[in-house]
Amino acid sequence: MSKQQNSMMEWIDKRFPLTATWKAHLSEYYAPKNFNFWYYFGSLALLVLVNQLLTGIFLTMSYKPDASMAFASVEYIMRDVDLGWLIRYMHSTGASMFFVVVYLHMFRGMLYGSYRKPRELLWLIGMAIFFVLMSLAFTGYILPWGQMSYWGAQVIVSMFGAIPVIGDTLSNWILGDFMLSDAALNRFFAYHVVTLPWLIVVLVFVHIIALHETGSNNPDGIEIKANKNPDTGIPVDGIPFHPYYTVKDIFGVIGFLIVFCGIIFFAPEMGGYFLEDNNFIPANPLHTPDHIAPVWYFTPYYSMLRAVTVNFLGVDAKLWGVILMAAAVVIFCFLPWLDRSPVKSIRYKGPYFKFALTLFVISFFVLGWLGTKSPTPLYTLLAQIFTVIYFAFFLLMPWYSKIDKTKPEPKNVTK
Amino acid sequence: MRMIKFLLLAILLAPFVAHSSGQEVKLDKAPIDRGDKESLQRGAKSFVEYCLTCHGANFMRYNRHRDIGLSEEDIRADLIRTGQKTGDLMEAAMRKKEAEGWFGVTPPDLSVIARARGADWLYTYLRTFYQDTSTYSGWNNLIFDKVAMPHVLHHLQGWQTLDAGTRNLILTRPGTMTKEEYDRFVADLVNYMVYLGEPHASYRKELGITVLLFLFGMLGLTYLLKKEYWRDIH
Repeated sequence: MSKQQNSMMEWIDKRFPLTATWKAHLSEYYAPKNFNFWYYFGSLALLVLVNQLLTGIFLTMSYKPDASMAFASVEYIMRDVDLGWLIRYMHSTGASMFFVVVYLHMFRGMLYGSYRKPRELLWLIGMAIFFVLMSLAFTGYILPWGQMSYWGAQVIVSMFGAIPVIGDTLSNWILGDFMLSDAALNRFFAYHVVTLPWLIVVLVFVHIIALHETGSNNPDGIEIKANKNPDTGIPVDGIPFHPYYTVKDIFGVIGFLIVFCGIIFFAPEMGGYFLEDNNFIPANPLHTPDHIAPVWYFTPYYSMLRAVTVNFLGVDAKLWGVILMAAAVVIFCFLPWLDRSPVKSIRYKGPYFKFALTLFVISFFVLGWLGTKSPTPLYTLLAQIFTVIYFAFFLLMPWYSKIDKTKPEPKNVTK
Repeated sequence: MRMIKFLLLAILLAPFVAHSSGQEVKLDKAPIDRGDKESLQRGAKSFVEYCLTCHGANFMRYNRHRDIGLSEEDIRADLIRTGQKTGDLMEAAMRKKEAEGWFGVTPPDLSVIARARGADWLYTYLRTFYQDTSTYSGWNNLIFDKVAMPHVLHHLQGWQTLDAGTRNLILTRPGTMTKEEYDRFVADLVNYMVYLGEPHASYRKELGITVLLFLFGMLGLTYLLKKEYWRDIH
């Protein structure tokens, strides 16, 4: 650094801890040196968030949150705005890819026990981000005001209506009308472009601060801070995040962009999974489509909603479906206290946990697939079976994780 | 580790694998070529002549047809019927209220119909109209039961009736085109509607190849950069 730059930095550092922040979070933040493939998805989620924020601003400039103009304004963006189609596909593909990377990021946490002490709060903040992300996806999907936007939202809103006593009042209050209409479109637009993006940015910031407080977990699930070099006080297995992980993550970003751009430029609808065929028909409140399916990232939960077919304990089947669906998402929050294994990482966990996790992944996929289908008696039965497996993974964890035969953890991280 | 990578691959590929759905009537594959500009131009003319009377394509501007090799003069001469400007949107000649009175419904806008229905559905639909005295218009369709639209192309295709036993369509009175000519005509029309659904599609793919080539180059470079930095980590 030149002398001039030095004095410039000094001037700033007296007024804002720029150098100190840089050191604490990048050049002297020590991350375990054994991060593998799974550790790309955190930074990729941040990349997709930035993508959504930037493309979202440009979409907002031409989109009209008005039930009579919304659909046409999206096509206006696609046709008459310079590169509008690219911006819109970046945003719509970004929405689906956000869930891809976040699901993989969460799965990484489950593989290596990243939710365990001392990272319980980090995990909970992450779950809060996941809830906001789901709300963002839901409010965003309404905006093009196509048939699936309309009827998908109708399904979600009717879930509030299932709540006893206050249900109808609550759904009218949410919609600002007695049915899904212009009033709801307008307020969902406000949530989608102001409230929720603001919330998610704050939560991501808090998530990173919490991460840097505890330090990152790693594929071995051991605490690198427990083994510090006595002279320097730096973890023996730690390396500075910058430049090591910045250059590694740039490589990951390019790899991700190849997949991302492959979809944007060659399969933006992703065979009807990222952009559903029916959403190219303008919303029509008088015409219910034969088959309503949410976008793929909600289908596992949608399956559970439909899986309950009988009333019991005096409660309506539909309400049970809603409760089950909400529980399926919220239950992730309890993982830090459900897992009683003496080790964190799957590398040292025993066969019970590996078996349970495999079943869980299978049930997630099967439920997701079933959610895209029209229900038949066989499909409903399958959905019921896999819903039980899904919940068993969590509810039985305190027992199977405790009696499981684990391997001893190493003192240092392994390759 | 291998199992984990396999699972990851499965997650990424799941959207492709899961895509399949049952259809009662088998759709014919539309023999279209999106790069065939002459076919698109023929389709555009037929679209303006036969569809645009009742249906609009309200998101499409006439001058966009320069994409498919038409000049402003061609557009003015061949596509514009009602004295609009080349920068105008392709609106239906018929008024909405009138259409509703005649057909009971407003004819849907066709700008993105190919994206909603798919080329094969349109290709099959436009070839499977048959006479049916039980409907309001006197026409019915194999894949769109009790459709409100009458068969406006019947003088080209001819008149078909449905054999109740075999569910086959029988040509009872020929039109001005042979079967091959009519199929070609519909294919051009469908090809055009696919273009109409996403006019930038061919440019999108061209640009995509450049972008991917650049990214693959960057992938190599960033890999070497990472390797260089990580040389001293063991």
